[in-house]
Amino acid sequence: MTVSDNAFSTALALILGLDDTLLGIVALSLRVSLTAVLIAALLALPLGAALALWRFPGRSAIIVVLNSFMGLPPVVAGLTVYLLLSRAGPLGEFGLLFTPSAMVVAQVILILPIIAALTRQQVEELHGEYREQLQSLGLSRRRMMPTLLWDARFGLLTVVLAGFGRASAEVGAVMIVGGNIDGVTRMMTTAIVLETSKGNLPLALGLGIVLLGLVTLINAGAYVMGETARRRLG
Amino acid sequence: MNDMPRTLPAATIPALSLEAASVVHRGQTLLKPLTLTLDGYQRILVMGPNGAGKSLLLRLAHGLLAPSTGRVHWHGRPPRQAMVFQRPVLLRRSALDNLTYALAVHGVPWRSRKSLAREALARFGLAPLEKRPARVLSGGEQQRLALARAWLLNPEVLFLDEPTAALDPASMRAVEEAVRDFHALGTRIVMTTHDLNQARRLADEVVLLHEGQLVEHSAAERFFAAPASPTSRAFLEGALVW
Repeated sequence: MTVSDNAFSTALALILGLDDTLLGIVALSLRVSLTAVLIAALLALPLGAALALWRFPGRSAIIVVLNSFMGLPPVVAGLTVYLLLSRAGPLGEFGLLFTPSAMVVAQVILILPIIAALTRQQVEELHGEYREQLQSLGLSRRRMMPTLLWDARFGLLTVVLAGFGRASAEVGAVMIVGGNIDGVTRMMTTAIVLETSKGNLPLALGLGIVLLGLVTLINAGAYVMGETARRRLG
Repeated sequence: MNDMPRTLPAATIPALSLEAASVVHRGQTLLKPLTLTLDGYQRILVMGPNGAGKSLLLRLAHGLLAPSTGRVHWHGRPPRQAMVFQRPVLLRRSALDNLTYALAVHGVPWRSRKSLAREALARFGLAPLEKRPARVLSGGEQQRLALARAWLLNPEVLFLDEPTAALDPASMRAVEEAVRDFHALGTRIVMTTHDLNQARRLADEVVLLHEGQLVEHSAAERFFAAPASPTSRAFLEGALVW
């Protein structure tokens, strides 16, 4: 039997066995990543739309920074949050380090630039098409924002999914700020790293398969939802 | 219609003046300083070959574009305005929702939005299409939907930028009928076209532009019978370079 044969049977056993530890890890992974995506989207969608609509000094600089932060190495984001949240850091008094909240913060920092930068692109394009009509209806830029975000919703769904993909696949940041504590901050990805280093390759790969399956499920759900709406509304 | 009564305006529609208004884009003068007053309940047809500056003039007048030099202003309060574009801009929503959206923007209470929107759809022969996504409608249907949207805004001044340029003859007739209906209810029409026959059918006044310059502004009858300038004559004879 090769490692991969073992991995598939391990994955199957993990899923069918409804192992409590596994369920805990899966639930935490989903909770952290989905919370991070939600918070990042709430901040980044209006931010991206605002960058698309307003011209002001420093706008180009912000766009360049956002674009380059799309490729921010997770460990760097993790380290930054670690320094902020550690006892001696400026936010140390909240005692967030090594908690799921710290992992959410780190993931928000990772995916906010992705969602904001891509939202700006999409909204700017749509604004080019809608501008004169909306202006003719007497809308100010501020009132155009919700209209443009809503009408760009199919594209933006993909943008948010890209953010979720990054959050759920990421290991460096949550490892540093979460600490991979069993039962508290152990996620799918950090568990995979741990099992790999212990040499338990079938379990590591099994966890990987479960993770991939979950992400695929969520993406499939979003795709079906988006396509149905798209077909209905053109 | 109870919420937005469509009555003849009690007061006159304020006149619009362009005073030496020009449009310069990246060092190129697209519209030379132009002085013009648009007044009354007229149907004003802005004509000229492609690139004459018709669309720019309309955008200046409607306020979509600020003049590079000079001034554009209403004599008194700015009236209710609407604009219909050559390629209608419709939102990615159903035909009905496109109309209720415009009503919402103008502060019509949501209770009455749907019924008003349905009346407008019926008026423009679009009632069976209310649930269809606006952007899969045919070109003529889209333009009628854009007119229905403008109708709901109950404009005192309606701008139309080559509204029939991309339409088949039947749709073109529908648009022209709509223009007459708007006008019959006391709306000032400012419309661009390069179709001479259309101008003959619709115009009370003609504004002729050529190469970013105002050539003539006169009553339609006079313009077609005895054009004042050689350029106008050349345009009517189809001799201007298009």
